Amino acid sequence: MNTTQKLLNGKFSLEMQTYGSSGEPLLFIHGAGGLMPVEPFLEGLGKTFKVYAPQFPGYAESTGNEHIDDIADAVLFFHQLMDELGIPTANIVGHSMGGMLAAEVAAFDVHRAKKLVLISPAGFWIDETPIPDLFAAQLDEVAGLLFHDPKSPAAQMMTAIPSDFKALETMYVERVKRFATASKFLWPIPDRGLKKRAYRIQAPTLLLWGDDDKLIPPVYAKEFTSRIKNCKLELIKNAGHMVMYEQQEALVSAIRKFLKS
Amino acid sequence: MKFTWFHLMPYRFLPEDFKEKYRSVWVDIPRDLYDPKVGHRLYNDYLDQLEYADSMGFDGLGVNEHHQNAYGLMPSPNIMAAALTRRTRNANLVVLGNSIALYNPPIRVAEEFAMLDVISGGRLIAGFPVGTSMDTNFCYGEVPATIREKYYEAHDLITKAWAAKDVFSFNGKYTKLRYVNLWPKPLQQPRPPIWIPGGGSVETYDFCADHDYQYSFLSYFGYIAGKKVADGYWDVMAKKGKELNPYSLGFAQVVAVAETDEQAEKDYAAHMDYFYNRCLHVYNGFADAPGYRTVKTIKAGVLGQVGDQAALRREGLKWKDFIDQGYVIAGSPKTVRERLREAMKSLNCGHLMILQQIGSMPPELVRKSTSLFATEVMPHMRDLWSNFEDRWSPKRDLPQADFAMPAPVHFQKTEVNGKVRASASASAEVRSAK
Repeated sequence: MNTTQKLLNGKFSLEMQTYGSSGEPLLFIHGAGGLMPVEPFLEGLGKTFKVYAPQFPGYAESTGNEHIDDIADAVLFFHQLMDELGIPTANIVGHSMGGMLAAEVAAFDVHRAKKLVLISPAGFWIDETPIPDLFAAQLDEVAGLLFHDPKSPAAQMMTAIPSDFKALETMYVERVKRFATASKFLWPIPDRGLKKRAYRIQAPTLLLWGDDDKLIPPVYAKEFTSRIKNCKLELIKNAGHMVMYEQQEALVSAIRKFLKS
Repeated sequence: MKFTWFHLMPYRFLPEDFKEKYRSVWVDIPRDLYDPKVGHRLYNDYLDQLEYADSMGFDGLGVNEHHQNAYGLMPSPNIMAAALTRRTRNANLVVLGNSIALYNPPIRVAEEFAMLDVISGGRLIAGFPVGTSMDTNFCYGEVPATIREKYYEAHDLITKAWAAKDVFSFNGKYTKLRYVNLWPKPLQQPRPPIWIPGGGSVETYDFCADHDYQYSFLSYFGYIAGKKVADGYWDVMAKKGKELNPYSLGFAQVVAVAETDEQAEKDYAAHMDYFYNRCLHVYNGFADAPGYRTVKTIKAGVLGQVGDQAALRREGLKWKDFIDQGYVIAGSPKTVRERLREAMKSLNCGHLMILQQIGSMPPELVRKSTSLFATEVMPHMRDLWSNFEDRWSPKRDLPQADFAMPAPVHFQKTEVNGKVRASASASAEVRSAK
């Protein structure tokens, strides 16, 4: 279900997707690409949890992006959001850039995350394994970076280039809006100091990673497992960076199992 | 009508198959294509050319800032301008300019520009570009979404530092300084003229109009395509009730003059091809980082200077097409006179930034084209816009008696470790005679 959530007396106006009506609260923080109008894997999680998935300010119809310059602003935004939603503590799940932000939310205030799930999270940089420059990537290169099987219907659908000019322009403008916001955390190198703060994370943490992630290779998992006390890694087979579209069921069941245990 | 002889300082010796073999002339161009021994020759040739333009009566000498590329080898245009202060006399120094958001703190730009203005005796025109996406986002790592905000803040700091009577504190978002106290201050008071080079961002029109700055449209599509942008600028000026003074608009145009139209093609066609197909061969992914251009500008449909769209538009163009579509104004002095006059009138432009060294063009051709332009074209265009006042050029009111001349240097051959070297010494008499 889509609703509009006002925050801080209207400083932010958020497009909010919710899935499920009962169960423990789960906050999902999306990656640099934002949320599709309906997210099937969140529908899956909605069968067990009450899922809150906001479009980050600057994405889709969500506004207030100008109030967020850096990680501290973003973290306080999520803390405020959780307070106003009445879920001061929740299971927090984040993907890619959203994984980086989820880890920061949990590190800044150890009481926020009951449990933490990080799916192919950003936040680190290893000189020997540089992350490809998604910001400079061309539309026809994107599928290859994001998917295990760039030829699969899901990959093709996600990265299709519209032939209609108006649609192309809209797609381009939306991409600019999303990436302009993401660049505040990821440009030019997605390291904003999580390495100094990750030790603070108390919540039991599950790292999920596509075994064929070509954007943020699984070798990055050790940056998290070496710093977070209670952290385990599960690789998802035959998946690239966009695990949720390539191995939806495996992902949903891994998250459900971890959060329910 | 006024003329600034503008140099981009390209690397002239990229391989024939550059476009096929490498993805970009900018950002990640292979380092081994640059030979510093060749570079030594090029920089000195290029400074010679600018000095020659000064001697031929051009109003300004133009230099600008770019990074990590073979298109224009001036990471610091201030170094080139500094060299020019000493060996030129008449022309203004148009530094177009410093990408002010890249300097930390940006007061550095205020200082260096003040130095240039003082050394040159008040000949500086200060350019404040945002900088291309390649330069600012990809080479210098600036976050695309915030670079414009940072740019405006740097502008406020620099202009305030130039004009301030006293020490002040600056509490910006990006720069915080407890003591701002510019030494030296510029010779032109309260500040040198400010020109804002733009590539078509609609916000820049407003910025220029609101501050009474000159807007310099630096395009390589030429005057026909450039009319859309010029019209956009004049629309904003008209809406704001500003004077539609041609001197408040600068326009860059590639110009090449030869004895005849046929000779122009023979002389210059290959070098144009080098410029458009090698110097501007920029990987599309570097052309426009997300957030670098605002949504407003994207929706205004202004075509980027580089990248696939621009390349597509140039694809397969031959000499005749470049001429017909106005990318290049070239030919006999008569042809150039006629077309350039038509171009400047259609744009309502009073400051031509003329590009006469283009791509791989060697020094002798640059000299020929420049000389023909200065003697057979420029004098015939001076009457244009004579009923307008140019409020965007240095006033040049330093009394002649106060104008410092460099002491002559005398070179002598000396031997050091068995190698012959030239050493210079200014004689004591010459110095004291000053």
